[in-house]
Amino acid sequence: MHLVADRLQKKFGATTAVAEVSFAAAPGEVLGLLGPNGAGKSTTISMLAGLMRPDGGRVLIDGIPLGTGADPTKRRLGLVTQEIALIDELPARMNLEFFGGLYGLAGRLLAGRIAAALELTSLGDRAADVPKEFSGGMRRRLNIACALLHEPQILLLDEPTVGVDPQSRNAIFDTIEALAGAGRTMVYTTHYMEEVERLCDRVVIIDHGRVLADDTLSGLLAGAPVSNTLTLKYDVSPDGAALEEIKNLPGVIRVDLKGPELSVSATDLGTAAPRVLERLAARGFSCQELTSRRANLEDVFLALTGRTLRDT
Amino acid sequence: MSSTLIAFRALVRKDVAIFLRDRRALVVSVLTPIVVAAFFGSLFGGGGDTVSRIPVGVTDLDDSALSKAVVESLRHDQSLATELLPEETAHQRVVTGKLRAAVVIPAGFGASVPGALLGRADKPSVKLFYDPSQSIVRSVFAGIITQHVMQEVTRPFSSGNGMSIPFTLASQPVSTGPRYNGYAHAFAGMSVQFILFMGIDAGVALLLMRETGMWRRLRAAPLSRAMLLGSRVAATTLIAILILSVVYSVARFVFGVTIAGSFVGFAMIAFAFAVLAATTGLMIAAVGGSVAATRGVATFSILILVMLGGAWVPAFLFPEWLQNASKILPTRWAVDGLDAMTWRGLPLASACAPVAVLLGWSALFALIAVWRFDWEGD
Repeated sequence: MHLVADRLQKKFGATTAVAEVSFAAAPGEVLGLLGPNGAGKSTTISMLAGLMRPDGGRVLIDGIPLGTGADPTKRRLGLVTQEIALIDELPARMNLEFFGGLYGLAGRLLAGRIAAALELTSLGDRAADVPKEFSGGMRRRLNIACALLHEPQILLLDEPTVGVDPQSRNAIFDTIEALAGAGRTMVYTTHYMEEVERLCDRVVIIDHGRVLADDTLSGLLAGAPVSNTLTLKYDVSPDGAALEEIKNLPGVIRVDLKGPELSVSATDLGTAAPRVLERLAARGFSCQELTSRRANLEDVFLALTGRTLRDT
Repeated sequence: MSSTLIAFRALVRKDVAIFLRDRRALVVSVLTPIVVAAFFGSLFGGGGDTVSRIPVGVTDLDDSALSKAVVESLRHDQSLATELLPEETAHQRVVTGKLRAAVVIPAGFGASVPGALLGRADKPSVKLFYDPSQSIVRSVFAGIITQHVMQEVTRPFSSGNGMSIPFTLASQPVSTGPRYNGYAHAFAGMSVQFILFMGIDAGVALLLMRETGMWRRLRAAPLSRAMLLGSRVAATTLIAILILSVVYSVARFVFGVTIAGSFVGFAMIAFAFAVLAATTGLMIAAVGGSVAATRGVATFSILILVMLGGAWVPAFLFPEWLQNASKILPTRWAVDGLDAMTWRGLPLASACAPVAVLLGWSALFALIAVWRFDWEGD
């Protein structure tokens, strides 16, 4: 099922939360939605989920405009909130019955869906227990299970792994991959780069209510003005003349010296690294230690928004 | 069953299930009104037919035939529980609240009273100690003393028992019900108070739903505003009716409170009040800010409402202006309505006005809630 955000706009008083956001997600695709705090990410998710009416633009599900309130199109959507929205006083099974009931499920159909959701999230043996006795990871998994009962073709996952241990996180990843494999369309927000790199087929980065980038991960890395980094350690720090020469080498973007540690950012490490080493050696600076790091999504995000993912 | 009805049932069942599993809520909403009503009911005469006697003391410093006769007469008065005590002890027992009042018959009382009666001697000074917190007892006791003194002092001038009140008083409790039960009003008042507290909890729960993301989750489902708010009103109304049923069952079988009037009228008032409690909660959720602040302000407001509504002490004890002013309050109509259908034993027609007022207030609260509700907020 296709999900399209078409020039979405939203204002709160004089503040523009979403200036214009457009993107599309196809069936079976996991689309990562990234942005710093205040970028308009949550507002965009709220509009995608039919919680909030856009001031401009529209959300289309297979070409059908999405409304708010009791719009039946919302049956095609599932929302996994960032907060764990469970009823702690009621057993897991009653939680699932409740959320299934909201979508008109009852009787054998509901019982079957609950069994499937419990199996998918590996919570079958804890169905009679109350969520407040669960670990953080189990609560997260139940939170996801509650959004799956009505078998939505589009799933909006708003930071579904916050506060989860690595084992549970992997279990959640497996669930998401299984759902994507079954042809569900997914929009996934997170602050964890490794999650995007593992799960997302495509990444949309937004800031100040606008889309800054919309591409596959490899496309973003290739197209964004980001650099790979070469770090060199010297017994004697290179002097100003040496640094100036390095800066002027082709492909070198930036040079930073912190004590004996020289950091060189370059578009292509394979070309830049030998030249840097050669020039510095010619000036009598002998390198003691060398490390290199390829640019990643974190760098792309930093280059586009001026902030790191973790800082957001 | 349609999807809409299934969703409505799920929403209502969830709220009722949470309430039934919440021991604190059960204790506060069910057990507390029973305990407090039992206490207040016992203070207001309980369910017995006997008239409680006023504990008083009498000190006879005269020890004359007349003073002894007055003391004896006081000791046989059905309104009093009279103890003969030394002056110091009588004074101390009034001070400590063990006696409501005490009278000291001075020396020379018997010698001077007959002359004073005819204006031929000075009037002796009779001391009367009384508890200032029970000032009404002073007037009552003074009247009783006067009656007994007059009776004894005129006895020599009459052929029989001395001067007496020239009429007999045939006291008769007046209500349509079988007999007055002091617990009935207390149970009405405390039910109103604690069910409104439950209404606050329901409103605060909605605020908490916003904080925990549950509200976002609900709004992500294809549910109308009417469904979301209506289901909460329905659930809270059901819970209120459940509480009223349990509380009044205990009142009936343990404290002898009967619905002496119209049972249908009682049910109508109970339902209207339950709706009022539910819409009060909804309004609180609509206008409230933080959970802590909202709970504090709402609790204060409800306490004022139930106090002025006559839930703690019957409204007829209020000053007249307050009795009239409090008629605007829904709590007054709820308490009076429940009183009317229980111990007053009034017919169905007497339930109509309370039901109309309670539903009117409920409609107003619901309108405010819908008007002020932040639909797009989390």
